[in-house]
Parts: sequence; structure tokens; C-alpha cells
Amino acid sequence: MLTYESIGELVREAEKRNVKISELVLADQAEAMEVSPMELYEKMELDFLVMQESVKVGQEENQKSMSGLTGGEGYKMKAYTEQKGGGLCGALLSKAISRALSVAGCNASMGRIVAAPTAGSCGILPGCLVSLWEDRGFDEKDVVMSMFTAGAFGMVIAGRASIAGAQGGCQAECGSAAAMAAAALVELMGGTPAQCADACAIAIVNQLGLVCDPVAGLVEIPCIKRNVSGLMIAFSSADLALAGIEANIPADECLDAMRHVGDVLPDSLKETAKGGLAATPTGQRLQKQVFG
Amino acid sequence: MNVFDIIGPVMIGPSSSHTAGAVRLGRVANKLIDSRKLRKVEITLSGSFAQTYKGHGTDRALLAGIMGYHSYSPEIRDALSIARDKGIDFEFIKEDIKGAHPNTARIHYYLEDGGEGEMQGASVGGGNILVNQIDGMKVEFNGENNTILVMHRDKPGVIAAVTQLMHWEYAELNISSFHLSRQRKGGDAIMTIEIDGQPPENLISAIRNIENVSNAILVRRI
Repeated sequence: MLTYESIGELVREAEKRNVKISELVLADQAEAMEVSPMELYEKMELDFLVMQESVKVGQEENQKSMSGLTGGEGYKMKAYTEQKGGGLCGALLSKAISRALSVAGCNASMGRIVAAPTAGSCGILPGCLVSLWEDRGFDEKDVVMSMFTAGAFGMVIAGRASIAGAQGGCQAECGSAAAMAAAALVELMGGTPAQCADACAIAIVNQLGLVCDPVAGLVEIPCIKRNVSGLMIAFSSADLALAGIEANIPADECLDAMRHVGDVLPDSLKETAKGGLAATPTGQRLQKQVFG
Repeated sequence: MNVFDIIGPVMIGPSSSHTAGAVRLGRVANKLIDSRKLRKVEITLSGSFAQTYKGHGTDRALLAGIMGYHSYSPEIRDALSIARDKGIDFEFIKEDIKGAHPNTARIHYYLEDGGEGEMQGASVGGGNILVNQIDGMKVEFNGENNTILVMHRDKPGVIAAVTQLMHWEYAELNISSFHLSRQRKGGDAIMTIEIDGQPPENLISAIRNIENVSNAILVRRI
């Protein structure tokens, strides 16, 4: 059975058995949870369905958050993409951005989402995966399987660093989600287990130190837009790894660094709404606007 | 931890730690209350919970969990008014609980029959929780496994009676973790028993029938 204590273990075991990380993890988790692999696969398939549904709900024109501070971002981005032929980023990325915004918006309006790994970062994985499935014609089975790879990387991150903003800042939420998504994207694109680990490391490196400073303590500003940067980093990190550009610092050491950075971050930058953007004049004004 | 703790839970937003985790903490209190009628709850919020609870709907989430709703129930949005309709008094108190995890809540409940009880736990990220106190006694479980809590009098033979029942009547049952805590020698005590796999039917009622056991509850793995 796997320990999920290191990314290195996932890569080594997958290479040894000549399987994808997702296949390794599905078999291992079925054994650990004492259920059949098919049952676990179907559970993951349901999660993918909820992800698709949250994209749709969040993409509606009149989507509004509970506080009224945010809303409609996914709709606007989708309309822009369609009118401008994909805008600067091109069709695949700009549609993926719209999906990430939509899921994050669905979350802010107390809609139903899949935490991946958290609700604050719930737009990144569906933004990546629904896009490859809908716009690039990837097989649904492969997409669902790649979620086991994402989940396994997340388990290591949770144990070795953190997936809670209150403990590690936003690097622990959007950073973790981007690293998980990057690994899943690499596997979907036919990359090796080692390249999955490289993509994870590169994504972590790109978000190390990111603070959690939600305005008014709400999972809205800047969380919704940080799902977009997380998604972009997931795509770029995956492409880097697939191009054969290796991580300079191994993924496990990046995670140890992430934990250390999270530990030394002051509490004001860990989801307490006391520092960073939350403490700006506008942040303070918005807080007053919502809570009086 | 398993892969669905990371890809999941399916939940009502906006925050896995401050909404979904809070529902799960509330659900532990719901299991403790069981079928008895709730009159009032005092919910103490510490750390980040105290700072940001309104924005994350942590108050609605805890209350929804206490009333038995799930982290995916749409009723969470309206939990405050649902509680009022049910005639449940509630109060939220901000307090810095020393040494506690930043996302800690303490739930003190008062029942129609005059009984009361308390639990404290933390939401440790991604919707996962750690329960660390029940009725003043230290416990430690996270809801990752099916967990059986046995409230009993600290008397010789009670632990043996419980484990022997589990061994002889339910041979397939395997205990993965066992913890005992008591207020004082001979006083109220609590066993925290985590088990692998599914709990067999009737196990909890069988444990409740053991002498010196005042209550047993099952907190199901989510």
C-alpha cells in the first residue's frame, strides 16, 4: 500500500509497475477503502458530473454571490471569448478561464461544487479538465482517471505541506489545486509519471508564498480571480514539463519549502481577513458595505 | 485520508473549512444529541472562525449540521430561519480558545428534557475535521473512519465487555484506533473506537445494553 508521504513514492511505484499514477492510485485506494475499483471510479465520475454542473450554474448571466460583491465573471468571460475568437489567450485557455470563474462564482453563491482540494480553489481542476473533455475531445474515462492522479498529489501535499488557507495561506489552496491539476494535465497528455511530478513542482514554485487575504473574510475577492491564475499556472507548468523542462527543485522539496513558508507567514495573511488586500482601504470599505 | 478527502467533498460553498467542515462539526453534535429534542445551542467560535464566520456562512453551516443536514444540503443557506422555525434558540460567541486550532468551534447544547452536553472540534482543511473534546473529556477522532463513542462509568471490566462483544458477536470487525479518557477515577469516561469498514447492524444498541454504559453513538465516516 502507498504511504502518500512523497511524490517520489508515486513516481517510483508507477514506474516500477509500468502504469500511470492514476491506475496505481485507483488500485491502492480500492484496497485501502475495501471497495471495488469500479465503485471508486464511479464515485469519481459523479464528482466530474458535479464539476460540469457547477460550470453551467456559474456561467449564468445573473449569477451573484451571497454578499453581492461579485458575480457574473464566468458569463462575461464566456461572452468575450465567443465574440473575440478566444481573445489574447486563445480559445482553449480563455474558455478554461471562463469555466474556472464560473465554478468559483457558483461556490460564492452557496451553490454546489466539488472541493478540489478546497472550495476556495474549486475552479481550477474543473477549469482544466472540463475544457480538455469538451474542447479537446479527451475521453471521459481518461479525464475521470486523471482525477485520481490529481487526488494523489493532493494527498501528499496535504500531509507534507497544507491545503488550508488558515494554515498555509493561498499557496495551500490555489497553489495545491494548480499543482494537482498540472499533474493531471500531464498524465492526460501522455506524459510520464516523472513529468507529472515536474509539473507539480513547477506549479508550486510559481505560487510559493501566496497569501490568503480575503476581503471581508469572504471566498470572493481575490479568490475567484486567483482560480484563474492557478489555472494558467497549471496549464503552463504542464506544458513546461511535457516539453522536457525539468523542475530544478524536486517536488517533495518544494512541498517542504511550502510548509516552511506557510509556517512563517503571519496570521494576518492566513484567512483571518486582517492583512493584505483585506486591509486595504477598499477592502475595508467593502467589508463595511457587507457587514456594516 | 483518502483520495475523496482531496477531490471532494461535494458541498455547498463557499468554504470547505469554514462551511463544509463546520457542517461536519455540527453533525457530530447532532449525533450526540441523537433523537432528543434540542432547545438551545451556544456556539463558541475561535480564531479564524471568530473573525470570518459571517462571510463564510460558518454560523449557518454549524447550525445546519447540528440539525442533521449534510455539507451538500441546500438548506444550509436558510439554516438560521429553519432553526427559528423549529423553536431552537441559538447564540454565537466569539472567544479566543487558548492553544486551539485556528478554525475551532465549541458547541454547548441544552435539551428540552433538561439535559445538556458539549463538544469541541476544529475544521482542519478541505472539509476535514478533528474532534478534540466531548463533555469535558479529551477525545481525538477525525471522522475518516467510522467511529464509535462509548460514554460509560469508569469501572473495571467495561472496556473488556465492549471489546469482547465486538470480538465474539462481530468477528469481522477490526478496531483501528482505541482511546480512553475520563474525568476522574470512577467517574464519567469515554471510549473512542475507530473501526475499519462498515459497522454491523445492531452493534450500537448492543453496546448500549452493556452494564455501566450510559450511551453509545456512531459517527459515520463521510
